[in-house]
Amino acid sequence: MAEAAKYNGSEGAVVPAEGHGAVAPAAGTAVIATDAVQNPGLPPHRKRVTDLDPKVEKRAERTVYTLFYVSIAGSLGAVLAYMFFPIESGDLWDIRLHTMFVGVGMTLSLLAVGIGAVHWGKAIMADHESIDERHPVPSDSATRAEAVEVFTLANEESGFSRRSLVRNSLIGALIAFPLPGITLLRGLAPQDQDPVTLLKHTMWEEGIRLARDTGGYGVGGAIRAADVTIGSVFHVVPENLSQATNLLDEKAKAVVLLMRLEPEKLKERDERKGWSYDGIVAYSKVCTHVGCPVALYEQHTHHLLCPCHQSQFDVTDEAKVIFGPAKRPLPQLPITVDDEGYLVAQSDFQEPVGPSFWERLK
Amino acid sequence: MSTTVTPPPTQNQSGSSRFTSAAANYIDERTKIGVAVKEFGRKVFPDHWSFLLGEVALYSFVVILLSGTFLTLFFQASMAEVFYTGPYVPMKGVEMSVAMASTLDISFSVRGGLLMRHVHHWAALLFVASIGLHMLRIFFTGAFRKPRELNWVIGFVLFVLAMAEGFTGYSLPDDVLSGNGLRIIDGIIKAVPVVGTWMSFLFFGGEFPGTDIVGRLYMLHIMLLPAMVILFVALHLAFVVIHKHTQYPGPGKTQQNVVGFPVLPVYAAKAGGFFFIVFGVIMLIASFVGINPIWNYGPYDPSPVSAGTQPDWYIGFADGMLRLIPPGWETEWFGYTWSWNMLVPIIVMVGFLIVVAIYPFIEAWVTGDKREHHILDRPRNAPTRTAIGAAGVTFYAVMWAGASSDIMATHFQLAMEGVIHTLQALLFLAPIIAYQIAKRTCLALQKKDRSIALHGYESGRIVRMPGGEFIEVHKPVTDYERWELVSYHDYEPMMLRPNDDGRIPFGKRLRAGMSRWFFENRIVPPTHRRN
Repeated sequence: MAEAAKYNGSEGAVVPAEGHGAVAPAAGTAVIATDAVQNPGLPPHRKRVTDLDPKVEKRAERTVYTLFYVSIAGSLGAVLAYMFFPIESGDLWDIRLHTMFVGVGMTLSLLAVGIGAVHWGKAIMADHESIDERHPVPSDSATRAEAVEVFTLANEESGFSRRSLVRNSLIGALIAFPLPGITLLRGLAPQDQDPVTLLKHTMWEEGIRLARDTGGYGVGGAIRAADVTIGSVFHVVPENLSQATNLLDEKAKAVVLLMRLEPEKLKERDERKGWSYDGIVAYSKVCTHVGCPVALYEQHTHHLLCPCHQSQFDVTDEAKVIFGPAKRPLPQLPITVDDEGYLVAQSDFQEPVGPSFWERLK
Repeated sequence: MSTTVTPPPTQNQSGSSRFTSAAANYIDERTKIGVAVKEFGRKVFPDHWSFLLGEVALYSFVVILLSGTFLTLFFQASMAEVFYTGPYVPMKGVEMSVAMASTLDISFSVRGGLLMRHVHHWAALLFVASIGLHMLRIFFTGAFRKPRELNWVIGFVLFVLAMAEGFTGYSLPDDVLSGNGLRIIDGIIKAVPVVGTWMSFLFFGGEFPGTDIVGRLYMLHIMLLPAMVILFVALHLAFVVIHKHTQYPGPGKTQQNVVGFPVLPVYAAKAGGFFFIVFGVIMLIASFVGINPIWNYGPYDPSPVSAGTQPDWYIGFADGMLRLIPPGWETEWFGYTWSWNMLVPIIVMVGFLIVVAIYPFIEAWVTGDKREHHILDRPRNAPTRTAIGAAGVTFYAVMWAGASSDIMATHFQLAMEGVIHTLQALLFLAPIIAYQIAKRTCLALQKKDRSIALHGYESGRIVRMPGGEFIEVHKPVTDYERWELVSYHDYEPMMLRPNDDGRIPFGKRLRAGMSRWFFENRIVPPTHRRN
C-alpha cells in the first residue's frame, strides 16, 4: 500500500499523494490538483471482426499460411535467380538483372513471412489487453541496507579507507599503468619523420618540368609554354612524380592548376612579378580550407571554385579568396621556361600548401 | 533411458509434446531458463506505431551485421597498388588500391555481391535515420524523464557510434568520394590547436593519404565500433526491461501499470514479423535502387573531384556547417595558426550534441520533479519542450541544407552566394521562428483540448431557441475521451525566495528564470471544481 501510495498514479497522471505515510519523491514545481479528473479505467474491450465472424477468422488464417508459402516460394526463387542469372560476362545489364531477381526473391521471402506473422499476431492471436504492474525502479530499503552493508564489510575487511598509503599507491599504479600502452601508439606514424617538415615541402624544385596530370598514378607529357593558350587550364603534376616512393602522398601536395590569362589582367605584386610567365600562372590545386582539389575553373570570371565547400579564388588577383570559408589564397608556384620552351618550376612553393595547421608559420 | 529426475511422461501425451517437454527439461536442467521464461514470457508491452522506430533501428542494425559479415568475406582492406583485371571493362588495367579492386570484385565478380553492398549501404542509412527519428519521438513525448535519463544518454552514444560506423564504412572502398571525405577529415583534424598536425600524422600513419588508413578504419568499422554498438544496444534494451516501456496517456493507463500485449505470443509474432518486414523493405530498395556506384567515380586520386560532392546524409550537417562559415575566419596569434573556420563549426556541432545529450538533466533541474514518469507527454502538453525541440530540429535542418548549397544553387538557378547568405541568416532566424510557431501551436491545441473537455465537440447542429437566439449544440465527450485530454502534468513557474541567509544564490536565480521561461505560458488542465 505504501509503495503504491508513493506514486499515486492510479488517481491520475498527476501528483504524489501527500500524507500517506511513505516518503513521496519531490514533485518540484508540479501543480497538484486535489480535485483532478479521475482515471475512468480501461474502456470496454472491443472485439475484432475475426472474433465475431468465424468466416473472417478462417480467411485470416488462410491469408497467413498463404503468405508463409509465398515466402518459401520467394526463397526458392532467389536461389533459382542466383543460378540462372549469371554475371560473369561483366556486362552491367547482366549484373543489374542478377541483383534485381535475387533481390526480388529475397524481398518476397522476407516481406511475406513478416507480413504473415504480423497479421497472425494482429488478427488471430488473442487480443485482450494485458496489464502488468509497474514497480518503482529503486531497490527496496532492505535491499539497499544490505548493499550498504556489503560495502561496509568490504571496506572493513580490506581496510580500504583505513590503509590510506596502500589505497593511494594503488590509485597511482592504476593511473600509471596505461601510459606504456598510450606510448606504444606513437608507432602509428613513422618514427623518423616530422609532420611539420613534411607538410612544408613538395616535389617541386628548381627546373622540374610541369607535366600533365593524366589521372591516378599517371604522368603525362611535359607542357610547353606555347601549348598553353589564353583561357586554357591544365591539371599539372611534377614531371618526376612517378619516381616518388609514396606517389599519392606526393601528388596530394604537388597538384597544380595552370592557366593563361591576358598578362594585363594579372594583378601581381612587384616581388611576385617574376613568378608568372607571359600571363601563365600556376597555383596549388589543394584548397586552403580543408584540402579538397579546387578543380572548377570559370574561364570568363577567372574564378576557381572548390566543389566541396564552395570557396572561390580569383586567379587574376593572386588567387585571393573572394567567397567561402577559406581564408588564405592558393599558394603560387613560381614558374618560368627552360631552354627547350617547357614550363619549369623556379622553386618549391614559398609556403605550405593545403589546409592550415597549427605550426604552419614555424 | 538413463535415470534422471525427469518425471515420466504421462500416458496421454502425444509424441511431439513428449519431445517438447523432454527438450525443455533438458535445457532447463542445465540453464535454469524456466526462470527467464516465467519472468519475461508474458511481459506486457504497450502498442503504438511510434514505438516501432527504435525497433527499426535495432533491426536495420541486425541487417547491417548480416550483410556486413558477407562483405568481409570478400573485401580486402589493403592500400597496396594493383591493376584491376576484373570483368568491368572501363576499369580494366586501371591502377588502384586492393581495397577498391576488391570492392569492384564484390560488385561485378561475386554473385549477389552488389545486392549485399546495396543492402549494407541502405540499411546503414536507415539505421542512422531511424535512430534520429526514435530520438525525436523520445524527446517530444518526454520519455527521457526519470528514471530514463541514463538510457537517453546511452541512446545518444549509439547515435554518435552509428555516425562513426557510417563514416568509417563510407571511407573503406578507397574511391574518389571516400578519399575526398577523408581529405576533409584530415583538414579538420589539422585545424585542432596544438595537437592537430600530429593527430593527423598518427591517424594516417604519415602524410595524407598514406597506405594505412583503410586498414585502420576497417578495424574500427568491423571490430571496435560494432562491439561498442552491441554493448550499448544490450545496455539500452536491459534498461527498457528494467524500467518497463512507457505508454501514452489513456483511460486505464497509470504510472503503476503497463497496458498492452504479452511477449508470448503476440509480440513474438508482431516484433519478429516486423524484423522481416524491415529486412524486406531494405531488400526491396536494394534490388531496384543502386547506391554508391564507385566504378563511376574511379579509384582515389588527390587531384580530381566532381561538382555536387555530397556526403552520406547523416554527415551532411557537419559538412553544411563548414560551408556556412564566412570568409576569412582564421587568425595567426603568437606565431601559430588558429583555424576558426574549422574550430567554430566543431564547437557549434559539439555544443549542439552536448545540449542534446544533457537535455534530460536540464529539464529535471528546471522542474525539480523527482517522481518517476512512465506516462508519456503528448507534445502539445509540454509546449516549451516541444518548441525547443522544433528549434533544435530546424537548426540541424539548416546546417544540413548547407551541405546541399551547391545543388540548390544549380537546380533552382540561384546564385551560390545568395544561397549561402540566406542559410547563414536562417541558421539564426529559423530556429527562433520555429520555436515561436511550435509554442503557439501547442498552446492553441491545449486550449482546444480544454474547451473540448469542458464543453464537448462542436456538433455542427444549430438550434434556434424560443427567444430567437441561435446556439450550436455541443456534444459532450465520454469519460474515456476526456481523460486523454485532461490527464497531463501541470507545472507552474518557480517562486523565487531568499534562503536562510536572506540571499538568493545565482543558481537559484537561474533556475527560477528557466522555470519562468518553461512554464510562464501554460494552460491548466481542467479539474472537477473548475468544470
